[in-house]
Amino acid sequence: MSIAETFAKAKAEDRSVLVGCMPAGFPTVDDSIASMVAMAESGCDVIEVELPYSDPVMDGPVIQKASDIALANGVRSRDTLKIIEAVSRTGATVVLMTYWNPIEKYGVDAWARDLAAAGATGMITPDLIPDEGAEWIAAADKHGIDRTFLVSPSSTDERLAMTVASCRGFVYATALMGVTGARTSVSSQAPELVERIRRADPHMPVGVGLGVGTGAQAAEVAAFADGVIVGSALIRCVLEAPDLATGHDRLRALSAELAEGVRGGAPR
Amino acid sequence: MTFPDMAGHFGKYGGRFVPEALVKALDELERAYREAKQDPVFQQRFDGLLKNYAGTPSLLYRAERLSEALGAEIWLKREDLNHTGAHKVRNVLGQALLAKRMGKPRVIAETGAGQHGVASATAAALLDLECVVYMGATDTERQALNVARMRMLGATVIPVTNGSQTLKDALNEALRDWVSTVETTHYLLGTAAGPHPFPEIVRDFVGGIGVEAREQIVGATGQLPDAVAACVGGGSNAIGIFHAFVPDEGVRLFGFEAGGDGVETGRHAASITGGSVGVLHGNRTYLLQDEDGQTMESHSISAGLDYPGVGPEHAWLHDTGRATYEPVTDAEAMAAFQLLCRTEGIIPAIESAHALAGAAKIAPRLAAELGRTPTILVNLSGRGDKDVHTAGAYFGILDDNEVLVPGEQE
Repeated sequence: MSIAETFAKAKAEDRSVLVGCMPAGFPTVDDSIASMVAMAESGCDVIEVELPYSDPVMDGPVIQKASDIALANGVRSRDTLKIIEAVSRTGATVVLMTYWNPIEKYGVDAWARDLAAAGATGMITPDLIPDEGAEWIAAADKHGIDRTFLVSPSSTDERLAMTVASCRGFVYATALMGVTGARTSVSSQAPELVERIRRADPHMPVGVGLGVGTGAQAAEVAAFADGVIVGSALIRCVLEAPDLATGHDRLRALSAELAEGVRGGAPR
Repeated sequence: MTFPDMAGHFGKYGGRFVPEALVKALDELERAYREAKQDPVFQQRFDGLLKNYAGTPSLLYRAERLSEALGAEIWLKREDLNHTGAHKVRNVLGQALLAKRMGKPRVIAETGAGQHGVASATAAALLDLECVVYMGATDTERQALNVARMRMLGATVIPVTNGSQTLKDALNEALRDWVSTVETTHYLLGTAAGPHPFPEIVRDFVGGIGVEAREQIVGATGQLPDAVAACVGGGSNAIGIFHAFVPDEGVRLFGFEAGGDGVETGRHAASITGGSVGVLHGNRTYLLQDEDGQTMESHSISAGLDYPGVGPEHAWLHDTGRATYEPVTDAEAMAAFQLLCRTEGIIPAIESAHALAGAAKIAPRLAAELGRTPTILVNLSGRGDKDVHTAGAYFGILDDNEVLVPGEQE
């Protein structure tokens, strides 16, 4: 399913899309595929595969640690493509989240081509702003990959409009001024930011990320956003589990709880 | 045409590869800097601090005995005599004044060996700013004295335990802090790299090195030097001395990168001569990366040059051919270190010893090319007090019972 179809379907069901993030190759290539499939089976509508990078400046400690483990275990960019292919084959909608340098190194057009061939529908770029994105936008258009840029509570109206106009598929609203990682409460800046995006473009689906980790928080965000993006809380299920089987049990349980949340389910 | 362009590009280098959350702060910084540049009050304040607090203009010194040893007329720009012992004081004073001007009460900085951290803590103390310094955990252990210095000056030092626990990770952590605190905090970046407008701002704040040296050498010799030599890590001291000479086409510019064990061994920090083009820490430049674009660890005996990237203007000067970049190995740098100690009674920073070693390498080439003794201006960017332990251990001159505890330098 494309990103647009995924958001349309959720809208028809009067709920938000649940986007679950997991680093490729964490802790190994096969294990990360199993984690992502478990997430998809347990209620994640979109699997956001994060390409592990040595210098992830937008990520908090959990994703940094998971990425370091994946890199230490030898994950390569081409493994990320393999993982995307395996997960898409199960019918899940897959987007990639990646810092820019690995893409530039691979070759921007070649990456867009291979990403599309692997079955990904979109790519999120946390450290590529549209101002520097001409080559990526052209390659993504050519190969039919949706492109998601980030907007922030600090974005001016002018930048916000420019960024939303550069997105296709959905726009990623960072709920707070900070890095990834679950927080105890949902940011108060998020509803206003979503409102500002809607004023700029009423039709662009908005996914909200940073700081969401429980079903109750997912329900809170789902009340005003089209998509709820969860990373660190899911990754922690695997990172902190005594073994992978336990990790996957926890991952399924949390995915189900979050899925209930985006359906406005009773907070637990 | 002047560089960078409006969007912060030096040719294809530079720019802004940062999370959107930082763009507003970078725009504000750029605006504040443009206004400050036009504001005589700001310039007077900056010039006043440079003169009366930092002790500039630094001396230009004709190194007679070193000249004899190298077969070239060597002039040393004595940035090692500045307050805090290096060129870096120029940048931190400028940026701390900018932070005040923007009404930001807190500054953060990254540091490797601790030199930029100490300089930042110094400027913060002077201008009454809160200061937080991020430093790789391995470095805080190795450089315990600099950690103590920063704390004496009132700064908070936060050891960074993720990634490779070195300078690049300290920089990542400072960026993460900044994403969360940008409303009240200025990121006092320590070199002429990072996202636009940092490469330009840092270059301009340290640009006095070249302006002074150009005037001093013309005053002393009646002409421009044949070459200017500087060490290049991130590249702030080099761009600081190069910039005023860029329009002087007859003056060759040489940047000497840290060749570590030798570029061919893979254990080095020579981003231009041993790396490739990519994006790191907010700008497009040359960097050390593997075939997947993951940043590789750099190696150098000099902590200040031990960084896997380089400022974007150097990448541009390299591509255009205006400046020449060559590696200098640890061994070559240490030989030059010793030579300066013994011929001139000056203990240089190991960073600056790379520039001296480079001057030694180019001296015979230039002499052959010009058919006369060449005049070489060398940026002696810092003093070597901080390196006494490293150098003492390298030369095996520490008595057993006098071997300092690891991390102690003086």
